[in-house]
Amino acid sequence: MIVLERSLITFITAGDPNIDSTLNFMLTLSKYADVIELGIPFSDPMADGKVIQKANYRALKSGTKIKDVFKVVENFRDYSKIPVVLMSYYNPIYRKGVERFVEDAKSSGVDALIIVDLPIDEAKDYLKICEKFEMGTVFLAAPNTDEKRLKLIDSASSAFVYLVSLYGTTGARDKISETAISLIKRAKGVCKNPVAVGFGVSKGEHVMELIEAGADGVVVGSALVEIIEKYGEKATIQLESKLKELKKPLL
Amino acid sequence: MLKLLRWLCGDLMKFGEFGGRYVPELLIPPLEELENAYNEIKDDESFIEKLNYYLEKYAGRPTPLYFAENLSKKIGGAKIYLKREDLLHGGAHKINNTIGQALLAKYMGKSRLIAETGAGQHGVATAIAGALFGMKTDIYMGSEDVERQKMNVFRMKLLGADVIAVDSGSKTLKDAINEALRDWVSSFEYTHYLIGSCVGPHPYPTIVRDFQSVIGREVKEQIVEMEGDLPDCIIACVGGGSNAIGIFHPFIEEDVRLIGVEAAGKGIESGKHSASLNAGEKGVLHGMLSYFLQNEEGQILSTHSIAAGLDYPGVGPEHAYLKDTKKAEYVAVTDDEALKAFVELSKSEGILPALESAHAIAYAIKIANEMERDQIIVVNLSGRGDKDLQIVMEALK
Repeated sequence: MIVLERSLITFITAGDPNIDSTLNFMLTLSKYADVIELGIPFSDPMADGKVIQKANYRALKSGTKIKDVFKVVENFRDYSKIPVVLMSYYNPIYRKGVERFVEDAKSSGVDALIIVDLPIDEAKDYLKICEKFEMGTVFLAAPNTDEKRLKLIDSASSAFVYLVSLYGTTGARDKISETAISLIKRAKGVCKNPVAVGFGVSKGEHVMELIEAGADGVVVGSALVEIIEKYGEKATIQLESKLKELKKPLL
Repeated sequence: MLKLLRWLCGDLMKFGEFGGRYVPELLIPPLEELENAYNEIKDDESFIEKLNYYLEKYAGRPTPLYFAENLSKKIGGAKIYLKREDLLHGGAHKINNTIGQALLAKYMGKSRLIAETGAGQHGVATAIAGALFGMKTDIYMGSEDVERQKMNVFRMKLLGADVIAVDSGSKTLKDAINEALRDWVSSFEYTHYLIGSCVGPHPYPTIVRDFQSVIGREVKEQIVEMEGDLPDCIIACVGGGSNAIGIFHPFIEEDVRLIGVEAAGKGIESGKHSASLNAGEKGVLHGMLSYFLQNEEGQILSTHSIAAGLDYPGVGPEHAYLKDTKKAEYVAVTDDEALKAFVELSKSEGILPALESAHAIAYAIKIANEMERDQIIVVNLSGRGDKDLQIVMEALK
C-alpha cells in the first residue's frame, strides 16, 4: 500500500553504473525518500531526455537484466519497507510475458508498476493481471489529457496517478511551469487517487512549489541520475546532499 | 473498474493483434487529432483532387509498368514486369506519402514538418514536400548515417531542410525515430511528424498505406490492360514495408501471390541482417505491436543491410498481420544476392535499381525460372540506384 502525503519520490535507473551500486543507492535514497522509483533499462527510452537515456545505456552496458532488478528489490526488502515502484517501457515486460513479469515483481517486493508507453487503451490484459496479483498500477496523465480521460486514468490506477508536468521528455528544467500548476489543480479535482508530479523537477524550491499547489508527491529523477553520471558508484555522499535539499521543504 | 474495462474493449483499429497505440500519454491527443483530421479529408473530393494534381504534375504519376523483356528472356521463365516508382521525382516511392502527409499537415494548420531518415531517401522526400508547400522542415538522422550519406545530407540542406544528427543509442534509423518522437511531444501544436514508412502508432500505418496504395491501384489497371489478367505474383522489398504494402494492398483479397523480401544481410545465421519477419519476435516499439529483432530481455538489436532503407529492426504491423494470416509470404535475400541483381538489371535492362529494390529483383530472378512462360511477376522497383553507386563501387572492388 502506497500512501502519498507530501511525499518525495526518487528515481534512479537500476544497474547504473552497475547493479551492485543500485542497492547502495537505494539505501541512501531510503533515508530521505518516501517512495523509490526504479527504472528498468531499455535500449530505446523514447520518453526520456539525455540524462536518463545515458543512464539506460550505462545500465545495459554493465549487463543489467530484469532478474537482477528483481533481486535488488528483494535484497532491499531485508533493510527497508518503503514502497518500491518499477518504471519500465513495455517491451521488456511484453517479451518476458506480462503475467510472469508481474508475478516475479510481486514476489520480489515491488509495490507498483509504471509503464511509460502503455496507455490505458492498450492496458486491458495488463490490468486484469495486476488485479490478480494485487500489483499496484500507476498510469500517467499529461497537461493535454482531457477530463474524461483523466477520470479513466484515475480508475485504471490503483496506487497513484503520475502527472507529467510539461510538454517534453524527462530532464531538469530551471522553473516549474504554469502548465504543471494548472494540471495539479485539475487532477486534484478529478482523481480519487493521490497524484504525484514529475518531469523537470530538480530543486528543493520546485518540490515546495508543487506541494503547495496540491501535489501529494513529487518525483525527482534526472537531477539524481546526473549525480550518478558524474560520480559513478561513489555518488552516495553527493546524492545525500541533494536529497537533503529536496526533502527540506517537506519536513 | 468493470466500466473502464468495457470502455477499453472499444479497440483501436488494429491489424489482428498488431499495431495499436503504445505511446506516452502526451502523444494520445495529437494522434487523435491526426486520426480525426485524416478521417475528415481522406474521402473529401477537393483534397483528393489536390493530392492527384501534385502526384501527376509534380511527382510524375502514373508511373509506367514496364515489361522487362530482356531480363525475362534471359531467365527463361515467367514474364517479369517492373513498376517504375524509381522514375518519380526524388527517385523513389517515398514522395507518394510525403506529399499526402504534407497536405494533411497543411489542413491541420501545422507550419512545421519533422521526419526521421535512415539513408536519407525519406528525408529528401520530406524536404521536397517542405519546400513545395513552404513549411519549415527538420530531419532527424542517426549520426552514423549522416557520416555515411553525405550527399543526401547536402541534398536535404539544399532543399531548405535542417538535418539534426542523432547521437544516442545505435546512432541509426531507430534512434532517429526516437528523437523525432521526443521532438514531437513538445512541438505537436505546430508540428506534424511525417513518418516515412507504414510503422508507428495508429493511425500512421494506415495513413502511409493509403497514400502508397496508389502504386497497387495503378498496377491493377495497367496489368489488366497489358495482359488481360491479374499477375500471378507481386514482389516487393520490405524494411518498414511502405512500398510493399502500397503495391500489395489492392491485391490482398485477390488470388495473387504476394511476396515481401527482407534483407538477410550477411545471412540470417550471422545475426547481421534486418529480417524482422523472418527472424524477429513479437514486441512493442515506436508505438506499435509488431515483429522486432530483439534479445530475450526485450532489448532491441542493431541491424545490418547493404541497403540502408531496409536497415530497421521492426516492420509495419500490417505486414506482421499478413504474415500470420498467410495472406502474404516473407522471404529474405542477402547483400550479395542483392548486389548481383543490381548488376543484372543494370546490364540487361539499362536500369539501375536502388539496393533496396534490388532485393525484390533478386527474388524475382530466383523464382521466375521455376514458373511457366505465360505466368506474370510484377516487381515493385521502388527506387533508383544512383544514390547507391558509392556503396556498390566499394562492394564490387
